[in-house]
Amino acid sequence: MPETVMDSLTLSHFLMTGAVLFCLGLIGFITRRNLIIMFLCTEMMFQGVAVSLVAFSRFHLNDTGQTFVIFVLTIAAAEAALALGLVVLLFRRKRTLDALVWSQLSG
Amino acid sequence: MPIELIKLIPWIPLLGAALCGICCMKPAWRKAAGPISVLSIFIPFLITCGVYSAASGLQGDDKIQTIYQWMGVGNFTVNMGYYVDSLTMVMLFVITGIGSLIATYAMGYMKGERGYARFFMGVSLFIFAMTTLVMADNLVLIYLGWEGVGLCSYLLIGYYYDKPEAVAAAKKAFIVNRIGDLGFALGIFLTYKAYGSVSLHTVVDKAIEFLNDPNYTATTADLWIPFLLMLGAFGKSAQIPLYVWLPDAMAGPTPVSALVHAATMVTAGVYMIARLIPVFQLSPYALPTVAAVGGVTALFAGTIALCQYDLKKVFAYSTVSQLGYMFLGVGALSTFGGIFHLFTHAFFKALLFLTAGSVMHALAGQLDLRAMSGLRHKMPVTCWLMFAGCLALAGFPFTAGFFSKDTILAETLIVGMEGNGLFTLLALIGLLTAFLTAFYTFRLWFRVFMGPEHFEMGDDHGHGGDDSHDDHGHAHEPHEMPWWPMNAPLAVLAFGAIFGGLIFSGWMSGSIETSTANPIAIHAVDTHAQTDPGYSIIQVASDTSGHGSEADAAHGDEHHTLMGMDVHTAMMLISGFIALLGIGCAAYFHWLNRPLTDEIAKKFGVVVEVLYNKYYVDEFYDAVIVKPLRMLGHGFFLFDQFVINGLVITVGYLPRLVGWSVQPTQSGKMQGYGLGMVLGVAVAALLVFKWAF
Repeated sequence: MPETVMDSLTLSHFLMTGAVLFCLGLIGFITRRNLIIMFLCTEMMFQGVAVSLVAFSRFHLNDTGQTFVIFVLTIAAAEAALALGLVVLLFRRKRTLDALVWSQLSG
Repeated sequence: MPIELIKLIPWIPLLGAALCGICCMKPAWRKAAGPISVLSIFIPFLITCGVYSAASGLQGDDKIQTIYQWMGVGNFTVNMGYYVDSLTMVMLFVITGIGSLIATYAMGYMKGERGYARFFMGVSLFIFAMTTLVMADNLVLIYLGWEGVGLCSYLLIGYYYDKPEAVAAAKKAFIVNRIGDLGFALGIFLTYKAYGSVSLHTVVDKAIEFLNDPNYTATTADLWIPFLLMLGAFGKSAQIPLYVWLPDAMAGPTPVSALVHAATMVTAGVYMIARLIPVFQLSPYALPTVAAVGGVTALFAGTIALCQYDLKKVFAYSTVSQLGYMFLGVGALSTFGGIFHLFTHAFFKALLFLTAGSVMHALAGQLDLRAMSGLRHKMPVTCWLMFAGCLALAGFPFTAGFFSKDTILAETLIVGMEGNGLFTLLALIGLLTAFLTAFYTFRLWFRVFMGPEHFEMGDDHGHGGDDSHDDHGHAHEPHEMPWWPMNAPLAVLAFGAIFGGLIFSGWMSGSIETSTANPIAIHAVDTHAQTDPGYSIIQVASDTSGHGSEADAAHGDEHHTLMGMDVHTAMMLISGFIALLGIGCAAYFHWLNRPLTDEIAKKFGVVVEVLYNKYYVDEFYDAVIVKPLRMLGHGFFLFDQFVINGLVITVGYLPRLVGWSVQPTQSGKMQGYGLGMVLGVAVAALLVFKWAF
């Protein structure tokens, strides 16, 4: 088993991947107006964080981080079900997925 | 009848008022308001008659009929309870008896008026308040009734709310009464502080105890309480300096003037002083002050009445003047005289006002004496009914007013002869006023009913509803009032005005003796002192050490004589002569020789002018009190508007300014919030890293 590739990967690479995932999600959340896309972007941010957690867990040789990620994924799944339900409800009200139509709270 | 029924007396009129209020709602029901109101006053009258024998037999604590505890704080309790003694019964007879007669008359008088049901609601509510006032067993409940009658007076004076002068008069009555009521309220507070109770019987019993105690020296509170209470009495009963509201109050409907502003409400002050007479006796200056104010008011108002041309104004000033007599009587410690005059005055003044109302009704609202003359053929019944009232008011011998006025004057003179010069002077003032009274009363009567027939109709066509009056031929010819419901009650009043003095004199003096109004209650055992009421508390106060049997005995030997006769007999002769003289003068000047009168009036134009303008007292009050108060109020308003309001507004603007500056950040767009959150986290992260590393 060639080990060189894995050996040459350091913690920084994994953290960078997580950070890139997180930032992509963040930028998507801020720039897009489609509710579903925005929701997917939040999921992407989750995954970025999860990658960082797993990377730290491996780096410190401590399983707690990975266990935590399993929980996060489970909760994210439950939350996804809820959030999609909400999106469907919002869509039914206004017949559009545009987030800008929900701006009654403007001061 | 069981005595408990007396507890119902105030509540039946209240129920009647509520029913009349319901009657206001539908035009079809409005006609029912009159009979409902009359019944709600007449049933209490029947109850009063029914329980009279039971009530006069009450002794001690049985006199207090409590319904429930109104309020209680610590040791301070106020009961919704009634104090039933003979004075209460006298007042109830006056209020419910005269009240139902006047309400019956009003059924005819107010027919076709727009606010028919509203009027009767006010009348019933007034009877509720007035009966509460005279039945209350504590000062706080009296105050409730006191304010209640004030409110009803305000509502009824302002009955014609589309007339500015009626509205102004209503406000004036209310505001002037505020001054008096403030005094009354302070008096009640001080009474509670000094006596530890507001119950009438406790206060009166304690005051009598103090009076009987030779070692007792009057405290400051004892000196002040009567003066504060007196202020309330002067306001409600229209005495100098607070009398100005009563003449203006004639802007209300005439039955209101008769019921509220002649027969009942304005006598509340006399009632209150009579009720608390032992409290007033504790202060050596209180009763002479009452008497002096009463006497001066009597003369003052009597002179003004001489030169008034408005029918109702003449009677209004006459009422002020007669109330002055009552205060003079009470002040001379003759509560019998005061209350007796209250009683007879209720009859004849109600009669006079109502007959004046009939004239006004017949002449379509005309009230000017100069615009009417010789109406005796057009309105014969009214003419002779008013004649009866005038006789009584003038004190014609053996009419009701003669006896009561004579009692007051004789008692005053007796106090004067006991060495109090003030009272001698006041008795002379009273005699002069008696002459003026006879003169101005008959001036009015001769002007209206005698002489050549002449009249100008007023401009009040058909009292708001021509359709209901088409059978009367309004606004063309004066017409007599129908017997029912208008002239019949007047006939009853006329009977009382003529014979009331003879019939009720004995009953009245007995009633006063057995009530708290009896100034000689401390000598209740001695019957002789009662038959000769010349025994004055001024004397009692001066020899507190020796009063008791020997003081009474000494008094028994002492008979005051005037012109070789008993003072009462002499006074009857004098005042009878004076009344006849006044009537004669009036007949000469205002019936037989009117041109001469006009000439004299021209010669003394200044005097007539001053009297016609009521000594310019209204103008004086306006300049000295009303205008400066207005200016002060205006100043306060400006201060409030700019300084206080400015401060408050500035403080209020600060948060608004902050909100206004950060408002744009609340875009309502999710992305905006997201970005804000991210930036916030970023800044926080930067700060954390800066300190961490």
